[in-house]
Amino acid sequence: MVSIKNLHKKFGSQKVLDGLELEIKEKGIIAILGPNGSGKTTLIKSILGMVIPDKGTNKIDGKDIKNRWDYRQQLDYLPQIANFPGNLKVIELITMIKDLRGLPARDKELIDFFKIEHFLDKKLTKLSGGMKQKVNLVLCFMFDSPLIILDEPTSGLDPVSLLRLRKFIQQEKENGKTILITSHIMDFVEDVADRIIFLLEGKIYFDGTVNELKESTQEPDFEHAIAKLLTKEDV
Amino acid sequence: MFKIFKYSFFDLTRSSWSYVYFLFYLLLGMVLLFLNNDLNTAVITLMNVIIMLVPLIGTIFGVMYYYNSREFTELLLAQPVKRSSIFLGQYFGVAISLSISLVLGLGIPFAAYGLFKSPAIWDFVMLLVTGLFLTLIFSALAFNIALSNENKIKGFGYAILLWLFLAVIYDGLFLLSLVYFQEYPLDKFSLVATMFNPIDLSRILILLKLDISALLSYTGAVFKQFFGTSFGSIASISMLVLWVVLPLLRIAYVVRKKDF
Repeated sequence: MVSIKNLHKKFGSQKVLDGLELEIKEKGIIAILGPNGSGKTTLIKSILGMVIPDKGTNKIDGKDIKNRWDYRQQLDYLPQIANFPGNLKVIELITMIKDLRGLPARDKELIDFFKIEHFLDKKLTKLSGGMKQKVNLVLCFMFDSPLIILDEPTSGLDPVSLLRLRKFIQQEKENGKTILITSHIMDFVEDVADRIIFLLEGKIYFDGTVNELKESTQEPDFEHAIAKLLTKEDV
Repeated sequence: MFKIFKYSFFDLTRSSWSYVYFLFYLLLGMVLLFLNNDLNTAVITLMNVIIMLVPLIGTIFGVMYYYNSREFTELLLAQPVKRSSIFLGQYFGVAISLSISLVLGLGIPFAAYGLFKSPAIWDFVMLLVTGLFLTLIFSALAFNIALSNENKIKGFGYAILLWLFLAVIYDGLFLLSLVYFQEYPLDKFSLVATMFNPIDLSRILILLKLDISALLSYTGAVFKQFFGTSFGSIASISMLVLWVVLPLLRIAYVVRKKDF
């Protein structure tokens, strides 16, 4: 589904991706983890075509995505910071994105699921962080695409909504989708992820399941295992 | 591109700035007409205002809109839309809504004054055409500047400098060089120098149309002598078209390689 070969990206003098190789063939939930500045967002944005890599190829469904945009029709993305044009109402934003995609959308169902119907007529500047994140989630999941990329999906959500989101992500996984997630909430990751990809300094440092990670670091606790991955590098 | 244009345009028609701009021209048109009581003088006064003000407004609006719609842009970039469509759509949203403010704001008082029965109608049309060109040109230049500068303050600064340069400094330098090199034949030089400034081009275009030799200035006179009135108009209009097309091509080129 996603095939990345020898991806390089520099911002000025700062090397962010350094010959990254990634192959995702399977369905399920893949967590991309790593310390701040390890290249998670850059990796995601290069899959989305928002960041143009200096070197390397990036294929989705066997086709190089360079200078193409139509493949995004089959891809849903949840940005990390939900920034929306402020003078639109929530419902107008949803209608606009539907109009741009021109695909059938399950917006009604999702508005119901994430319980946002009572602020559909509010302007986006008037919403709190958590409310914006819910709108963000509705926009993202609306189109039922086979590949979903979630950048910090849990940020700003209250516990009830968080549970609801987990349930939804599990449900999407069962529907046979490939979901890429970055998150700082480790028990969320441990709970949902089928595969962990750990980035460090622009390369993949670990690639495997949660259990494999625990075995290789000999730490029974997931959070400690991740911490150990980091400290091992420092020694 | 049309969908993006549509949303940008409606977004702007809700912004109070479009109305302020519209009302300003409405007021200006009315005051000029009813104080002057003469269509021809009103057209000349308007020309002087339009040639300075339209580029300034186009520049500021262009830069402001680009920076203000960053969030919208980010949202769109993740959608299945071509990059050049996003930016050109936004550009036309700004440029067309400014153009409509200009045309309606000036058109209504002039029409009310009885423009359609007057022979001055074509002079007025020429004034609007150059106003439209200047709007298209300067919002495109502003978009270019904003695209190349992530920093808002820098972007604004460069945009204002560009306006100042083309509207004021360019003429000063031009005049200085004419005085300094007066022993040499300067016709070709001044022709070329005029081509590189859309504001000068517009001024000459209007004055050629009005056929007022006294106001033509040196460049205008050379222009008229060299091209004649009708060919001169065609030459300057095609230069203005080029001034719109080239910045737009650069926008399309730059956004293909830009990271967001």
